[in-house]
Amino acid sequence: MRILLVEDDREAATYLIKALREAGHVVEHAADGDSGAHAAETAAFDVVVMDRMLPKRDGLGIVQEMRGRGDRTPVLVLSALGQVDDRVEGLRAGGDDYLAKPYAFSELLARVEALARRHAPAEVETTYRVADLVLDRLSHTVTRGGEEIVLQPREFRLLEFLMKNAGQVVTRTMLLENVWDYHFDPQTNVIDVHMSRLRSKVDKGQDRPLLNTVRGAGYMIREPAK
Amino acid sequence: MIARRTDAPERWSHRLARAWRTTAVRLSVIYFVVFTVFSLFLVVVVAHDAARVMTLQLHAAIDADVEALDEQYRAGGLMRLYDALEDRARRPDAGLFYLVDPSGNPVAGNVAELPPGAFDDTEDEPRPIGYVRYDANGPVRHVALVRSLVLENGFRVLVGRDLGERDRFRVVVRGAFRAMVVMLLVLGGATWLFLSRRVLKQIDQVSATSNRIVGGDLSGRLVVTGTGDEFDRLAVALNGMLDRIGVLMKGLKDVSDNVAHDLKTPLTRLRNRAEAALSGQPDPERWREALEATIEESDQLIRTFDALLMIARVEAGSSLAAAAPVDVAEVAREIAELYEPVAEDAGAALKVTIDDLPPEATTVSGNRELLGRALSNLLDNALKYGRPDDRPPEITVAVTGRRDRVVVSVADDGPGIPEADRARVLDRFVRLEASRNAPGSGLGLSLVAAIAQHHGAGLALLDAAPGLKIEIDFPRLAVGAPGAAHA
Ligand SMILES: Nc1ncnc2c1ncn2[C@@H]1O[C@H](COP(=O)(O)OP(=O)(O)OP(=O)(O)O)[C@@H](O)[C@H]1O
Ligand SMILES: [Mg+2]
Repeated sequence: MRILLVEDDREAATYLIKALREAGHVVEHAADGDSGAHAAETAAFDVVVMDRMLPKRDGLGIVQEMRGRGDRTPVLVLSALGQVDDRVEGLRAGGDDYLAKPYAFSELLARVEALARRHAPAEVETTYRVADLVLDRLSHTVTRGGEEIVLQPREFRLLEFLMKNAGQVVTRTMLLENVWDYHFDPQTNVIDVHMSRLRSKVDKGQDRPLLNTVRGAGYMIREPAK
Repeated sequence: MIARRTDAPERWSHRLARAWRTTAVRLSVIYFVVFTVFSLFLVVVVAHDAARVMTLQLHAAIDADVEALDEQYRAGGLMRLYDALEDRARRPDAGLFYLVDPSGNPVAGNVAELPPGAFDDTEDEPRPIGYVRYDANGPVRHVALVRSLVLENGFRVLVGRDLGERDRFRVVVRGAFRAMVVMLLVLGGATWLFLSRRVLKQIDQVSATSNRIVGGDLSGRLVVTGTGDEFDRLAVALNGMLDRIGVLMKGLKDVSDNVAHDLKTPLTRLRNRAEAALSGQPDPERWREALEATIEESDQLIRTFDALLMIARVEAGSSLAAAAPVDVAEVAREIAELYEPVAEDAGAALKVTIDDLPPEATTVSGNRELLGRALSNLLDNALKYGRPDDRPPEITVAVTGRRDRVVVSVADDGPGIPEADRARVLDRFVRLEASRNAPGSGLGLSLVAAIAQHHGAGLALLDAAPGLKIEIDFPRLAVGAPGAAHA
């Protein structure tokens, strides 16, 4: 996909460009607010990665400007500032997601890809399917190979989020944000334990596990290669 | 510190000018002026009244004389009048007595010379005239109040009393007044000098002390003389302020020392690991391990930094989202649910007891994210440290309503925290000896304390016998309070 990266720190930008390209994306880079605003206005992108503090312009100002034009391109706001309220501010200005520096690249990549997909105009799906696992969002039921799996409400939402992003890495913080709506970083492995519970219900006794742990990044649900 | 110029006379005039600007000196001058005006007024009134009384007495005496002489004339004719008049005129402190015939020639009396028209009474009252009179040592000029009496045979009598006494009284009063003004001037000047010297001395002391403090010596204190005057009170207040600043400075220093120390340790570890990986034979497998460990270590460092920043921001209360109504029971339920699987994995029983209350009774004004974070820190601690030796751990999250308060508590049945350490563990980076081998940076409870304070809540560390019970006691969101509308 086409990504616009607006980032003034040259070292960070070089690293990001390289890593995003290795992940198979096309990256355009703008090193300051003005050229970033210009690029966002003149070309179409799937995702914009916007640093908040830029020379000449405030990154949030550019996002507001884009929204003012009716440009709905998803934006991931990067900031060196703390958490809680910077993210509220970032989202209020029209950003779609927020990531505080320093971050792991895997986190950034997972979020960029999730943003691009969220934006893709797919018809509203009422059932998610991965291999023989089926989740029905209306009846709140999950079946694997036709057999019903009983899930707690929270487990259901966890699986729902994973299946919505099937084939993509989902990080622990993304899960905490989307399933629990908290944005802090829980010190202990709370999410991992939730995941292993879910896994024991979904993959127990199956010879083809669907829930994968991606080392150093998070989780992914996908159809295993034959 | 700026060097002081010691140019004596210039400094003195400078001091004087400064003294004039001080309240104390201005007041002394104002008092002086007010006193002078007041005593002047008093003297004038008293003198005037006294003079009037004396004049009235003179009038009465003159009238009595005139009447008495008139009576004598009626009773015994001119001869009797003549005798009576001469008799009175010869007395030692006699007034003015004068008898003239119809053509104006003197017949009797003690007057040597009269101004023209002395007999022309215009009013009914005696009037003042100047005249010359025979005294023991010859003719003397006098001023008297006089009244005339015209007899049937055309003879005229002039009766008067000297004004000398009244005038002498005036002189005395004037003299007293002059003495008083001089007295006031002297006293005022003395007060002014005393006050100005004292004021300046105190001010100089204050500025010397503040200069020392600006110079970095926070131990300086203003002298309290014990007189209890406003300077003393000011000194006490300023000293109190200095004490507080000293405490804050010490706190700040402790924090930065701690930060420096606690961040230096992992940084050193980081560096050593990288160095160790580089030495020896090239070994991609070992490098990989070292790099992974490095990333993990830096993540931990970043987390510590984030926690420190977070605490600072919550403590400052600035740049935080506006408070909104939050149902703490809801938050407690959510966080307990988040930790339930970890607790189960650790073999702990996690109980949640929430009073059966309507949401309004458990709603507070605040920040859901922060409250969730505080509870998560407490549960994290309970799981890490609250493990009894002989039975499976039991953790209780409770929400109770007490009148206008909502109390959220997390209790475990582990070793607890000794009474003496309960205040200390709230400080940054404090970790108790007993828990050194569990992971952590000692910032969890500091953040909880900051969040509680931010929400106007009380924080209590209690003995759960056995174990630790931490209670956060929130003020309930008043119904109809701002922000309640979104509930
Ligand atoms: N429930 C508890 N039982 C016994 N001791 C406790 C308990 N909670 C905290 N402590 C003690 O208080 C100390 C400070 O706790 P705090 O949460 O501030 O830091 P931490 O848990 O060590 O590190 P962090 O929370 O930053 O990961 C702990 O190290 C521990 O010694
Ligand atoms: Mg802790």
